[in-house]
Amino acid sequence: MAQGIWVFAEQREGQIKKVTFELLSEGRKAADQLGQELCAVLVGKGVAGMAESLGEYGADKVYVVENDALENYTTDGYTNVIAGLIKQYEPAALLLGCTVTGRDLAAQVAQRLQTGLMTDCTGMEISGDQLVFTRPVYAGKAIVKAACPEARPVMATIRPNTFAAVPNAKQAEIIKAEVGPGDVRQIIKDIVRQISERPELTEADIIVSGGRGMKGPENFKILEELADVLGAAVGASRAAVDAGWVSHSFQVGQTGKTVSPVLYIACGISGAIQHLAGMSSAKCIVAINKDEEANIFKVADYGIVGDLFEVVPLLTDELKKIIA
Amino acid sequence: MKIAVLVKQTFDTEAKIILDVNGKISSSGVSLIMNPYDEFAVEEGLRIKEKEGGEVTVISVGGQQAQDALRQALAMGADKAVLVDQGEAELDEYATATILAKAISDLEYDLILGGFRAIDDGSAQVAGRVAEILNIPVVNVVTGLEIEGGKAVATRETESGSEVLEVPLPAVITAQKGLNEPRYPSMKGIMKAKKKPMDKKTLADLGLDDGKISAKVKALSFSLPEPRKAGKVIPGEAAEAARELARLLREEAKVI
Ligand SMILES: Cc1cc2nc3c(=O)[nH]c(=O)nc-3n(C[C@H](O)[C@H](O)[C@H](O)COP(=O)(O)OP(=O)(O)OC[C@H]3O[C@@H](n4cnc5c(N)ncnc54)[C@H](O)[C@@H]3O)c2cc1C
Ligand SMILES: Nc1ncnc2c1ncn2[C@@H]1O[C@H](COP(=O)(O)O)[C@@H](O)[C@H]1O
Repeated sequence: MAQGIWVFAEQREGQIKKVTFELLSEGRKAADQLGQELCAVLVGKGVAGMAESLGEYGADKVYVVENDALENYTTDGYTNVIAGLIKQYEPAALLLGCTVTGRDLAAQVAQRLQTGLMTDCTGMEISGDQLVFTRPVYAGKAIVKAACPEARPVMATIRPNTFAAVPNAKQAEIIKAEVGPGDVRQIIKDIVRQISERPELTEADIIVSGGRGMKGPENFKILEELADVLGAAVGASRAAVDAGWVSHSFQVGQTGKTVSPVLYIACGISGAIQHLAGMSSAKCIVAINKDEEANIFKVADYGIVGDLFEVVPLLTDELKKIIA
Repeated sequence: MKIAVLVKQTFDTEAKIILDVNGKISSSGVSLIMNPYDEFAVEEGLRIKEKEGGEVTVISVGGQQAQDALRQALAMGADKAVLVDQGEAELDEYATATILAKAISDLEYDLILGGFRAIDDGSAQVAGRVAEILNIPVVNVVTGLEIEGGKAVATRETESGSEVLEVPLPAVITAQKGLNEPRYPSMKGIMKAKKKPMDKKTLADLGLDDGKISAKVKALSFSLPEPRKAGKVIPGEAAEAARELARLLREEAKVI
């Protein structure tokens, strides 16, 4: 019988993504409750050195697959490895972060193994002896609880920031697995990295976002200054993106990114339903808007009715004093 | 170049969601649209056809009303449409992809385009699953596409930037915003669309039965989220309000 909860340990350039530790922390609880083992799968080139850190968040075992051809993520290479390992060890569940990579990989692996996949989940619980996942659907306007009763492994991708990363030191057993990347049909021609000192939008704890009220691209500087003080990422509404002020990769909302930060500061954003769809699971929402009737105030925990060009720099100064 | 485009009909982004008497999401009174990401896919298919010649077939799995989304694609310029009506069958992504792959395998295709995600209960997996079933490569979240010499060169968005990938055709490519600006159907296009072929199929027509498409994922319950409550509007002059906000974030919300 299928046994064990597996977590895909997403890494990029020698860094394990935070969501991996979040999944291990929550996976640890589930594994204990089900009396199963918790394993991480780490794939890449020269990644073995990172394996121990996975034990520090609760993994009993870490399967490590190293291959020069796995240095960069490719759909086929990683699918071949992960599906190969699963066929060999038959885990009961595989959890991945709902990131660009996690999403891409999960769909291919799920189909290769003819199993079910629940994506973009915001919760996991055990009911009877099965894992039940919570998924916001219809842009967060409804919540579905779903399970995969028969096919194994049960697969799910989970939104970053859903679970807390809690150290739970274990001395993980490290197992070098021999699975090759096989035939890779996606040939990487170029990789363009936007160098940014800021956290990625979907993983950030704090996000400062600007909308049409920013009035122009040059004004995003005041949001960046606020973001610098908070160690935050910068986001935007579609209006700001469509105006060409910032690139689409900044867009938060139904046709942009879904974010779940601890703190979301919306500046000059009216709070259209399609924007709320991407950020309403933030734990704390702050709105700065000159229109007291703006919809964003209906969901904001704290609001300031005022001119953002006046309020944001003042807030930056105040926070500097507190945080310094 | 034979191009198949996967088109899903979804709820309008403004739709108000309510549950029906069975506790499921009610579609009554909801206006339906073509999944916005699929509009990019249709547009890209048309642009490739205009450059390379060929044919664009749009395919949907859905009820009879999904013809509207397909007609929209025909009005934009697609050549023909296939609708597979699943009848009473409960579908998950595995089932939907199985049906789509079966319908596509009856066609000739060099390229399959879809959206990277459906905005309703979509989960960004159907198109990738179709690629896996047809045993062809996939590139997801694509913002730039060139077709040349039996290959696709696609630029895809990643969290830290972008990458350019080359795959042999046939392949599945899923569209992200930025790929193109979808055209609006012209009056002439709308008139022409009425006469274009709409091939309506059932699961039986495809040789599929409930057993072959039985869903792996089962929904256990639906609910509506607790609406967020409006919090405090902080009064006072800007300087005073900013100071108070900073204090509240630290002392009350404890988020900084
Ligand atoms: C299919 C579809 C998908 C969509 N997807 C998305 C999506 O993913 N993300 C998204 O964001 N939107 C999306 N939208 C668009 C959405 O409907 C709104 O048009 C958009 O969110 C509005 O952006 P905004 O709030 O910045 O602009 P506006 O609605 O114009 O609001 C600007 C706000 O700035 C305030 N303001 C102006 N000047 C100042 C100032 N000096 N100080 C303080 N406040 C000021 C104004 O009071 C106003 O409230 C989508 C729409 C559709 C139809
Ligand atoms: N019922 C369907 N009919 C046709 N295409 C679909 C259907 N469901 C999903 N797709 C395609 O797969 C993409 C991703 O959908 P999803 O995996 O549901 O988020 C969509 O953008 C469509 O291109």
